Amino acid sequence: MTPPSGSPATATEKMRASLKRRYAAERRFQAYGIVAILLALGMLVTLFATIISTGTSAFVQHTVRLDVTLFPQDIDPDGTRDPAVLRRANYQTTINDALYSLFPEATSRQDRRAVRDLVSSGANFVVRDMVLADPSLVGQRISVRVPLASEFDQVLKGNVDPAVDLGVIREASTSVPWSLPPDERLISETQADYLQQLVRQGEIEGSFNRWFFTNGDSRQPELAGIWGAAVGSFFTLVVTLALSFPIGVAAAVYLEEFAPKNRWTDIIEVNINNLAAVPSIVFGLLGLAVFLQFFGLPRSAPVVGGLVLTLMTLPTIIIASRAALKSVPPSIREAALGVGASKLQTITHHVLPLAMPGMLTGTIIGMAQALGETAPLLMIGMVAFVVDIPGSPLDSATVLPVQIFLWSDSPERGFTERTSAAIMCLLGFLIFMNAAAVLLRKRFERRW
Amino acid sequence: MIKKSILLAAVATVGFAGVAEARDQIRIVGSSTVYPFTTVAAETFGKKTGYPTPVVESTGSGGGLKLFCAGLGVEHPDFTNASRAIKASEIETCASNGVDKITEMKVGYDGIVMANSKAAPVLDLTKEQVFLALAKDVPVDGEWVANPNTKWSDIDPSLPDADIEVLGPPPTSGTRDAFLELVMEPGCESFEACASLDGDAFDARAFTLREDGGFVEAGENDNLIVQKLEANADAVGIFGYSFLDQNLDKIQGAMIDGEAPTFENIASGAYPVSRPLFVYVKVAHMGVIPGMEEFLEEYTSDAAWGPEGYLSDKGLIPMDDAERAQYRDAALNQVDNVNM
Repeated sequence: MTPPSGSPATATEKMRASLKRRYAAERRFQAYGIVAILLALGMLVTLFATIISTGTSAFVQHTVRLDVTLFPQDIDPDGTRDPAVLRRANYQTTINDALYSLFPEATSRQDRRAVRDLVSSGANFVVRDMVLADPSLVGQRISVRVPLASEFDQVLKGNVDPAVDLGVIREASTSVPWSLPPDERLISETQADYLQQLVRQGEIEGSFNRWFFTNGDSRQPELAGIWGAAVGSFFTLVVTLALSFPIGVAAAVYLEEFAPKNRWTDIIEVNINNLAAVPSIVFGLLGLAVFLQFFGLPRSAPVVGGLVLTLMTLPTIIIASRAALKSVPPSIREAALGVGASKLQTITHHVLPLAMPGMLTGTIIGMAQALGETAPLLMIGMVAFVVDIPGSPLDSATVLPVQIFLWSDSPERGFTERTSAAIMCLLGFLIFMNAAAVLLRKRFERRW
Repeated sequence: MIKKSILLAAVATVGFAGVAEARDQIRIVGSSTVYPFTTVAAETFGKKTGYPTPVVESTGSGGGLKLFCAGLGVEHPDFTNASRAIKASEIETCASNGVDKITEMKVGYDGIVMANSKAAPVLDLTKEQVFLALAKDVPVDGEWVANPNTKWSDIDPSLPDADIEVLGPPPTSGTRDAFLELVMEPGCESFEACASLDGDAFDARAFTLREDGGFVEAGENDNLIVQKLEANADAVGIFGYSFLDQNLDKIQGAMIDGEAPTFENIASGAYPVSRPLFVYVKVAHMGVIPGMEEFLEEYTSDAAWGPEGYLSDKGLIPMDDAERAQYRDAALNQVDNVNM
């Protein structure tokens, strides 16, 4: 027996070295993967951190307490307490009087204007709504909290000058310690003094910004809210769901269960898959040409938005539904047919219920896509300034992502935080919908 | 009353293209520059009067006039915003679609500013220098050559030694059109080689911006431009005055021909880069769509577009007393001042 060339010791060493290299290669490969995950997570965390850090302050709105005297001769001279009269009455004078009484030293026209500008131009509607809710308030002196104008709100939140916020102003002994020169502060020297005075008297406090959740759009950041857009999104999605779910499921059932396998069905199948990849703006152009110009449906209406988004989500739903139908094993169908069920009974009693969780998951994902869509809505006039809360799918409306787009393009500083806050709300809805889809799948999905 | 219903019937017949239904809400389309002002007027009008608040779409001046001129009837808008005057071709389109009575209402002025970060020195530019910085080709000793200037100091030694990096609006924007017309055109004309051109040859030289990175199209979102200026001290942005006004703690406006872009300078006309803003009124819809007269009443009140009005708080530069009176009168009396 001649020993193999090279001593056994060197062979083992060689093998060890090669093994080491192979382990090292594997570790490197794993490290690449971990780096990729960390990068993705890092970006996600940065995104969330920026949005949340700029957005959270929008959930607080600073308000000032005013003692408003509701003189009957100003508001309801005839004493009818008719809601129509109360609605049209001029509440601005009562607000102005309350403000002037806080600053008796402001007598010149300019100073009085500075005083008036302290509170939001929507303050009178806060008082009006209180009076409409309780007409017996007329003739009384009431204490009411009205929103501060956005510039002052931003100053108190420290968004204008990092050296100045509510706490600093409260503590300041002489005058506000600005770090910015006067021409960069958004508010004048006089107004800063007034603001400081109010803060020291304890008349100003930050509280939960309910207007953000109950108001429609506004050009005054302190009055702007997402409720109008949320209702618009709701109507749009209801129309989309009502149309795309039945149509999508019917198409999937026919293609999967009844359609013969031939060239035509192949062409249809290829086209459905292609439609899923068509850029959404194309559906908007189609909607403009067909629904607005041919059928004459109203512009900016959620019903048209829903129709357009239906076109966009249909392929998603059809593809998901077909996959769900495919995953129902043939043995179920054969057993049903074997005990004498008709084809229709087989499908409605057995196949559809088993495929439903998969179909619903696909639908929810399609709806989540539709909720986040702006581009096709641009073409049909839903990118619009709409103040009134829509009451039906035929009223003019906008949707949440469009609201975010519009605010992000507004010059007023107060909209920066509101844009991020609206993004947080939209993300919340999307996470909720996707979680529902995952839950549905986990709970009801059956494996064979 | 009878007259009203005849008009209503006429409008309905002309514009009937399907299931058009009654509309009690004013619809406004048009320029994104006028949008911030018209929306405030619309909101105030809605809150004061109890009429439904008008719906305002931002479609751009050209897109707005196209929709506006498409015809009469509830599916067509009642007003359109424009950051330029209506063109003769658009008046023709309007007339051929039955929109033959239009009131032009000037609402005020808007300044276009060039601004940079507070971290950089204030730029003091002439239109000539801006042309030399941004044009694709510039005349050197009477010959047209590809723009050789990469730093501001290449144009004039007194300017900062920083790369030319200007962020501006895309070609679809009215701000871009106005900037070209108000700065680049006179800038080009200050050169003999350019002033001797005319027609298309002049347009090609004056209105073609460089594409080698000196001028960057930054999209329609002006807040994004402001953010980029904050991050990059060398960059200069072009946008409407209201964005400068709201961000004075971050950015500063460049002086053009020795004038700073302040509210007073734009209002007095001393600052050279400002343009009028318009709202066009479809006269045939007056009295058919409820609230149109009252909306014009609100828009043209001194509380709105006056020197102390809420529109000037939003950055609109008001007209002088005589002009305000003239356009208020035209709007409220539905004077057809376009087809004259």
